[in-house]
Amino acid sequence: MHELGIAESALQVALTRATAAGATRVLGMVIRVGALSGVDPEALRFAFTAILPGTPAEGATLQIDSVAAVAYCPDCQQDFVPDTNHFFECPTCGRLSASVKQGRELDLVRLEIV
Amino acid sequence: MRDSVGAAAGGSVILVDVRTPDDTPATPPGDPLPGMARTAELQVRLLDQNDRQAAANRVLLRGRGIRALNLVSSPGSGKTTLLERTLDALAGEIRCAVLVGDLETDNDARRLRREGLPVAQITTGGTCHLDASMVARGIAALPLEDVRLLFIENVGNLVCPASFDLGENRRITLLSCTEGEDKPLKYPPIFTSAHAVILNKIDVAAALGFDRAAALANIRRVAPLADVFELSARTGEGFDRWLAYLRGLL
Repeated sequence: MHELGIAESALQVALTRATAAGATRVLGMVIRVGALSGVDPEALRFAFTAILPGTPAEGATLQIDSVAAVAYCPDCQQDFVPDTNHFFECPTCGRLSASVKQGRELDLVRLEIV
Repeated sequence: MRDSVGAAAGGSVILVDVRTPDDTPATPPGDPLPGMARTAELQVRLLDQNDRQAAANRVLLRGRGIRALNLVSSPGSGKTTLLERTLDALAGEIRCAVLVGDLETDNDARRLRREGLPVAQITTGGTCHLDASMVARGIAALPLEDVRLLFIENVGNLVCPASFDLGENRRITLLSCTEGEDKPLKYPPIFTSAHAVILNKIDVAAALGFDRAAALANIRRVAPLADVFELSARTGEGFDRWLAYLRGLL
């Protein structure tokens, strides 16, 4: 449900940056979404279809780059990719870790502008 | 139109062809040519605006010597009942203030009215979570003289509030025995991000056949570092540890 607010935030950033770069249109956006970001990529995509019409980003392509979760075990001093996105159980020692190295990303990383 | 320079006899001809190739689609006036597009590399965090406001809230509250707690749970887990008992227990000892978020009505804020207690209702009108700017407006509306603890009762929702930092010092997630032992596994982010988890309504756990041990194990899996409190906001059972935790924040 909050994907709409995030899409609006992305659109606002995209239009501001496009204007600052002397562009009048946004033709494409690339957004990086981490597995732990709490954002559903399909809901985000749907939100964009609702808000882009009538803006300088109307018809823009949306690319969503997914980022997998990576956790860190302080005992084994190693990164590991957890089996599921929310239990960070070290595959070596079995300890549950609360340390997340990667996967919370929610970034606007690239624009196609003209 | 072909530029051509003709010569009557013996001279050379230079052709300059400036026609648009036929396969290029006509572009409406004002529309850019696709070939002119350029790429702009950014690195903008989409929650940056919220996170900046949250940081500003945190600085403002710290400057006033206030510790803030963000209470999150699904609707009906007992956030308001927990607050009622907490406010009554701390009355005369620690000065508190409350911000309550709901889609509509000020029912919860009315339940929390106490003599001399600043309470503000934030009506989101449909937004499923509080964000840092709403909390900033709420803070501005409250008289905060001598307040030490600010309780922020978030909108009842086990999903969206997890993504929004409000500027709190502690995020408290409630789970009640009426909800089922596996809620932490079904909605992990809100538990993973919690500093403390409260298992509420333990007074009715037995009657419901609620498996407390299983619930605690599930909480531990998703939130291994969180403080865990088992209590009943209705009867007061287990409340001493919770109150000690709050006093320990000051």
